[in-house]
Amino acid sequence: MSAGIEENVLELQGVVMTFGGLMALSNLNFKVRRGMIKAIIGPNGAGKTTLFNVITGSFPPTQGTVTFNGRPIQHLKAHKIADRGISRTFQTVELFGNMTVLENVMLGCYTRIRTSFMASGFVLSQARRKEKQIRENALKILKFIGLAHKFKDLADSLPLGEQKLLEIGRALASEPELICLDEPAAGLNETETHVASSLIKAINAKGITVLLVEHDMKVVMNISDEILVLNYGRKIAEGPPEDIRNSPRVIEAYLGAEA
Amino acid sequence: MEKITLASQLLQYLITGLTVGSVYAMVAVGFNIIYNVTEIINFAQGEFVMLGGLIMVFMNVAMGLPLILAFPATIVLVTVIGIIIDRFAIRPIRRPSVLTLIIATIAVSILIKGTASFIWGKDPFDLPAFSGRNPITFLGAVVQPQYFWVMGFLIITAVALSIFFDRTILGKAMSACADNPDAASLVGINVKQMILLSFALSAAIGAVAGITITPISLMEYDRGAMLAVKGFAAAILGGLGSFPGAILGGLIMGSIESFGAGLVSSGYKDAFALIVLLVILFFKPSGLMGSIEISKIKRF
Repeated sequence: MSAGIEENVLELQGVVMTFGGLMALSNLNFKVRRGMIKAIIGPNGAGKTTLFNVITGSFPPTQGTVTFNGRPIQHLKAHKIADRGISRTFQTVELFGNMTVLENVMLGCYTRIRTSFMASGFVLSQARRKEKQIRENALKILKFIGLAHKFKDLADSLPLGEQKLLEIGRALASEPELICLDEPAAGLNETETHVASSLIKAINAKGITVLLVEHDMKVVMNISDEILVLNYGRKIAEGPPEDIRNSPRVIEAYLGAEA
Repeated sequence: MEKITLASQLLQYLITGLTVGSVYAMVAVGFNIIYNVTEIINFAQGEFVMLGGLIMVFMNVAMGLPLILAFPATIVLVTVIGIIIDRFAIRPIRRPSVLTLIIATIAVSILIKGTASFIWGKDPFDLPAFSGRNPITFLGAVVQPQYFWVMGFLIITAVALSIFFDRTILGKAMSACADNPDAASLVGINVKQMILLSFALSAAIGAVAGITITPISLMEYDRGAMLAVKGFAAAILGGLGSFPGAILGGLIMGSIESFGAGLVSSGYKDAFALIVLLVILFFKPSGLMGSIEISKIKRF
């Protein structure tokens, strides 16, 4: 997108999200600087996944603005936001289970090739060339995430750790500027967690901004440049990992007031 | 006159059965396209076939357009009707459950049938055969040249669709919507557009079936429902969602009907399809080529 180079990829202002009487996010303001890894942490039910759903357009916020690359996106549908350059993964893996690993990543490229949408569907020679290009690109991504050898397997047949990697791979295929990862290490063992964290660093090294929701504090402290702490839908702290680690408010939120 | 032997008689039933079966197969394929993208069973599928036949009669006979023009024009018109159905009957339903949408398709089929009886009346219409009506005799069986057109178009549709769904990203994007609609929209697939496309494609295939079969069996306004039932039985027989299954199911269904009518009684012709449907639903609901695993996770 040629909206000039904004220093902040993403900016939320006064975002409120209510479900009936429940306030899931209340007056949330924060910025994500270009090229950083920013983690969002907080106890269960703090509103982290809701926040992701608002950013990626699964549902529009009740109030407030979400600005991506200097343009408001809070009113856009999910597929339009994906078009603009935000992609995401899910806490509960959401792959195309009956399709192969390769097809999953190929579909991730969908936003980038849709420009010649009708042409790619109906003009055979052109379609074949496009398909080949998409395929090669998808294979490259599979190599990057370390799943190239399993490209023919059905996504459902992979172990959880690899499904999570594949989901990240599919998110990468759209060449996003911002990638939102919802608990990439949840349910993974030590080795898998290690693989996932180095992958996140490698993605960031490619210049992609990472927004991360994660419960595994070791992962968060190791890889994030900045941490935002939510509790009951409010921001209670924001700053570099060492500040957050020592913040009394954060410790209180996690351990209860007595601690 | 040649002597009619039992063998030539059976061959005759088989050829007729495969021809009629090709039409059922195309209807079943139409069911599957929409089902694979939305999990909806579109009970207006038979109306596409009826409209294909009757609009072709209008273009070709009443307006006098040559076959080569009337054929694509009819397909385009029926496709537009398919698009209109999605746009005005399916998409506006708020918070749809699969069942609600299926009921909406039944309403649409009644509406189309009513409109058709208004426009064309209740009489069946004939269409000139594409390449004449001089039958060819083959091992004692009589084959209308039109039979080849019907089967030929089934083959063309089958090949084109399998290329589309297996080899093109657009085809894969359509299947992705059924697999996981939330994930599909998050990778940037416009799910609504894909649903629209599935209705358009199904309507086009229905039109082809209607156009090619009308010279053989004529076409009238209320043919859609029975075609839908038989096509649905064929889709279930082959395994809902499977394209090879739909084609196999259609051909088997046509043959059963033809042999049943010839050997048992033609009065029970329509009953055979329903008996097959019931037997399959009792004993192997996943169909011949459907997978039990997949049918378990589907909502319908």
